[in-house]
Amino acid sequence: MTLAPSDEPAIDFDHVSFGLNGRPILDDVTLSVASGETLVLLGRSGSGKTTTLKLINGLQIPTQGNVRVKGQRTTEWDPIRLRRNIGYVIQDGGLFPHFTVERNIGLVPRIEGWDEVRVQARVRELLALVGLDASLVARYPSELSGGQRQRVGVARALAADPPILILDEAFGALDPITRSQMQKEFRSLQQRMRKAVVFVTHDLREALLLGDRIALMEDGRLVVNLTTAEFLRSQQPLVRAYVEAFSEPPRESA
Amino acid sequence: MNFWHFIIANRQQVLELTLEHMTLAGTATAIAALVGIPLGILITRVPQLSKAILGSANVIQTIPSLALFGFLIPAPWIGDRAGRLAILALALYCLLPLIRNTYAGIRNVDPTVVEAARAMGLTDRQVLFQVELPLASGVIVAGVRIAAVLSIGLATIAAAIGAGGLGEFIFRGLAMVNNQVILAGAIPAALLALGTDSLLGVLERRLNSLGLKS
Repeated sequence: MTLAPSDEPAIDFDHVSFGLNGRPILDDVTLSVASGETLVLLGRSGSGKTTTLKLINGLQIPTQGNVRVKGQRTTEWDPIRLRRNIGYVIQDGGLFPHFTVERNIGLVPRIEGWDEVRVQARVRELLALVGLDASLVARYPSELSGGQRQRVGVARALAADPPILILDEAFGALDPITRSQMQKEFRSLQQRMRKAVVFVTHDLREALLLGDRIALMEDGRLVVNLTTAEFLRSQQPLVRAYVEAFSEPPRESA
Repeated sequence: MNFWHFIIANRQQVLELTLEHMTLAGTATAIAALVGIPLGILITRVPQLSKAILGSANVIQTIPSLALFGFLIPAPWIGDRAGRLAILALALYCLLPLIRNTYAGIRNVDPTVVEAARAMGLTDRQVLFQVELPLASGVIVAGVRIAAVLSIGLATIAAAIGAGGLGEFIFRGLAMVNNQVILAGAIPAALLALGTDSLLGVLERRLNSLGLKS
């Protein structure tokens, strides 16, 4: 798969609004993500982060404005082709419970028509990439720990080497130690892969660790879209509130 | 003459009627599955149809079985042979559990798993065959199990219209006021139902153990 020319963003939102049954969910969002860049969508539940992700892979279609992926509107893409260009990771992996690890990871390459030898090699390569032992291939998701399931979820999203990766609270269900480990590994993975990544979280620490830019969302609107350094210096009231909430000593916040 | 003497003396006929019974109930369940499972899938895709389809299957089940056999006698081709007629009536009875379980089974698949499948770029057909149907298969087999047991029980009534099966003994015994003859029909029919139930139950549990892991 070829990447878009470097001057063209991999993902581009142009004054995008989205409503469901007349209820506005996203209001006039404009942002873009380049290849090699990680944009974190930060915000509380119900702020429109997940909807923004679903607009990227065409699970939702904007009611106003355009979402372009690799220069083409999502409405003009064949939705199946569009989604196979975008790896998707959700909380707890969203793995198929009736498939082994091997079949979970190999599903997209198989339906893309890869031959069996290539699929097998790719599964082994991905397991190594996400730090899992190759002996896990025959396990079912229920036989894995939360961290292992999440790693399989990442491997599955990367299986057909999509140029774009979107992650929805991907590490949200993990214990703090596994979570911090996964975050570090993901960061070093991204430094090698150079994909266009959109990462949804409500955790500022995670946002600062993984993001090149942070887009703060509230009530369906984009409040700010800043580099991580700018974000920490910003005087915007909501940004301040976030930074303060995360820098309070635990005893006071408890 | 006691029950065992009767069975042994008439073993040839007991065997024939048991086989006939299995053919009636088995064919009816198979036809009902071939119609009911696709209908169940259809109403998960076109929910507007679910009321009409589930409602019709429900109404069919409320018709007394003898009356349903009677209603179908004037039907062309079907009414010509008692066997065909009995199979059709039994299949109609079995529709409801098959449609309902297929529908419920698919609707109860974890929506995040289905959404993950869509987001990965699976086509509608791939989502159905690779994700929804395998995960719903335990519930669907439970529907087949109910349908099979139902049709084995109801097939005893098929003898009333001359379709054969173990009902022959039951009706003959009733006419002769002879309990041994009634039991010669009723006990094999009950054993058939119990055997089918536990066999399909094993399959159902095996399939459920796939889908319920999370």
